Amino acid sequence: MAPILQLVDIAKRYGGVRALEHAKLDVEPGRIHALLGENGAGKSTLIKVMTGIVQPDAGRILLGGTERRFAHPSEAVAAGIACIFQELSLMPSLSVADNICITDPPRRFGLVDRRAQRRIAEEALARVGAHDIHPLAPVDSLTLSRRQMVEIAKALARDPKVLILDEATSALTAADVQKVFALLKRLRAQGLAIVYISHRMAEITELADDCSVFRNGSHVATFAAGTRSDAQIVEMMIGRDIQHAYPPKPAPGPERAARRPALETRGLSWNGCLHDVDLAVRPGEIVGLGGLDGQGQRELFLALFGVLRGTRGEVLVDGAPVAVRSPKHAKDGRVGIALVPEDRKTDGLMLPMSVNDNLGFASLARVSRGGVVSRGRERRAIAEMVQRLRIKVSDVEVPVGTLSGGNQQKVVIGKWLLNAPRVLLLSDPTRGIDVGTKQEIHVLLRNLAHEGAAILLYSTDYAELIGCCDRVAVFLDGRIVRWLEGAALTEHALVASALALEGAAPPSPHAEAA
Amino acid sequence: MLSDRHYHLREHRATIGAAAMFFVVFALYIAKHPAGWTIPVITTAANKGVLLAIVAMAQTLVVLTGGIDLSVGMVFVLANCLASHLVVGSPLQAVGGMACVLVAGALCGLVNGVVIVRGRLQPIITTLATGIVFFGLSLGLRPVPGGDVQADVADALTGTVPGGVPAMLVVLLVVVAAIWVPFRRSVTGRAALAIGSSEAASYMSGVAIARTRIVTYMLSSLLAAIGGLMLTFVTYSGEASASIGGVYTLNSIAAVVIGGAVLSGGAGSAIGSIFGAFLLRTIGDLLFVFDLDPLWQPLFQGVILLAAVSLGGVRLLRMTDRLELYR
Repeated sequence: MAPILQLVDIAKRYGGVRALEHAKLDVEPGRIHALLGENGAGKSTLIKVMTGIVQPDAGRILLGGTERRFAHPSEAVAAGIACIFQELSLMPSLSVADNICITDPPRRFGLVDRRAQRRIAEEALARVGAHDIHPLAPVDSLTLSRRQMVEIAKALARDPKVLILDEATSALTAADVQKVFALLKRLRAQGLAIVYISHRMAEITELADDCSVFRNGSHVATFAAGTRSDAQIVEMMIGRDIQHAYPPKPAPGPERAARRPALETRGLSWNGCLHDVDLAVRPGEIVGLGGLDGQGQRELFLALFGVLRGTRGEVLVDGAPVAVRSPKHAKDGRVGIALVPEDRKTDGLMLPMSVNDNLGFASLARVSRGGVVSRGRERRAIAEMVQRLRIKVSDVEVPVGTLSGGNQQKVVIGKWLLNAPRVLLLSDPTRGIDVGTKQEIHVLLRNLAHEGAAILLYSTDYAELIGCCDRVAVFLDGRIVRWLEGAALTEHALVASALALEGAAPPSPHAEAA
Repeated sequence: MLSDRHYHLREHRATIGAAAMFFVVFALYIAKHPAGWTIPVITTAANKGVLLAIVAMAQTLVVLTGGIDLSVGMVFVLANCLASHLVVGSPLQAVGGMACVLVAGALCGLVNGVVIVRGRLQPIITTLATGIVFFGLSLGLRPVPGGDVQADVADALTGTVPGGVPAMLVVLLVVVAAIWVPFRRSVTGRAALAIGSSEAASYMSGVAIARTRIVTYMLSSLLAAIGGLMLTFVTYSGEASASIGGVYTLNSIAAVVIGGAVLSGGAGSAIGSIFGAFLLRTIGDLLFVFDLDPLWQPLFQGVILLAAVSLGGVRLLRMTDRLELYR
């Protein structure tokens, strides 16, 4: 079939940096086309070109065979190109219905027709299978996963010819992911052209008909899905072989088990989101938190970091009970807990401030005397950290927001490492990060554990939990439903216990032996 | 699933709260007033209250977009000075003069909007500067207080309509019906809220940001000019007073906050601001009926304002996830 959207020889430079060169893409109706590539490969820029957010320096955009130029996002929307962004494009204080109809609300006598609008919103929500969302609910009263469903409904309400999903599933719960997948397959059958971007290979295997790989702003290859192995695809993406994806784990010995836990919780509960959580992390250990997204893992971290009010139960640091009152207290030398938060852009970084300032924030007390920061000591410490984490930055004075996602995440981690924490909590640190940086973070975590840090790692990527963690606690409904370790730590076991499937009940030692 | 009524109630919660506070305080005022519920008392209260209410509405529109308009008080004064020259002569001439005043007001807003949008400047500093310009124009028009206004129109609009209802309240209702209701339900009004809620998301959704901004500032100044026109009818003269302009600007912001609008934009209602303005006015008058020394008035008013604004912070006490405080 003839492509509905064609990009030919697109080039785009930001200042002196090449974002795209000779980029090309053909999108056909009735097919799902996956874009693959590391962060910084040019996928995001390509989408911005397609949706009129940035203007290409060279090249042509053909929609249905005719050349088009989109000077503004509204022109691309009017032409039938809808994009679901990784960063939500919803107005938080407006209602779901207002949001869905924001671009072109139904009108009567020049005024917004609320009844018609509500009908449109209800239909759009029903189409994505989100019947449970009330059209009048303000968006900021919804959870992240529900908001993403609204985002998808909003894009579909415009009746697009081309639908672009940029990491649209990364915020969804597993149940919603299945709904979205079913919907995408239905839309494909109806003849919609879909461009799909995801870092999760499993999703691409399940959905894609065609795949295009990008590297360094250029198109590398396009092929029918299923004709290349995962290893081949990854190789195309990064241009090097990645065999040893995860650093080796040290053998668990009685010596480690005998160490006093750096962090221990006893019966930790909060507000209906956490119930009697008991866990212990010893120095040198990486303990994973598994389970579906939103089962209390985030709340556990916030509770340990002193963000939540009204927690019950006990927290022990190095064997001594502590009531952590605030993040300021948590980072104090006597407690020494650090949290790398889930959302690096809002909770982890001050985006307009420099790399230097962002790295320095958590540890200013270490490099200052009497409230005065010693610039020299700060600079030395930061230069060392930039080198240690291999943060790719030409000058530490550039705003951290200009860095790629992977390098931004390194800055967040580096910020806390400068404070030399004894307990490190990481909330999905590799979400939306390219393969190369992911691997570097995995090696870093293992090295930190080796140096004596106690690490709690929450990840939505099961392979990462299996590859990185010594033990994994599977969460369901705010409780730890199962511990997995050693040979029992498999993808099957993780998925089964996360969904509380048959055979996932806590096994007795006898069952384990059999 | 929660019912529709729940969400409607939630949307108007702040407005209902401001209205309730006003009715309680006003009842107290009337109860203590020596003359009580009589037409002169009500009319005087309405005339004072409506002036601030209209300026507060002007401020609300801009606050919804996440901006602020420090020039509303000065546009109010400029319209007053202009009206004291133009709204004279025969009733027909007066009506023509009124139209001129309103057009001049809208032009002030056009200047604000264009400078902010095209110059990509902060609303707070832009309107501070244009406000001073508008005040300069007012001084040029009225170096000393004076002038006149068409008495028939003035008496008709500041008196009472049959039934004892203050005419100013009718004017306010007409202004709400002619400007606020269509604005709130138009695509522009929707876009204004969207911009205040998240400008980046609005841009990505293809909302006409520049046009919406400019129209909003124009409507805001138009409202302020309507207020200034009404001031002329109440005082029968024009006065280029910096203190009147300043007081109305600051009180309009206070009224907007009491009325439940969020200063960072995205949520709020002009109806809430109207009750906020009424409440502020009544608090000022409360001192007289309680026979307190007028010297205490600013202190008293400030404390009440602080208390009223704090009510909005009560929900924060229930928050158990401290991170929510910063979102």
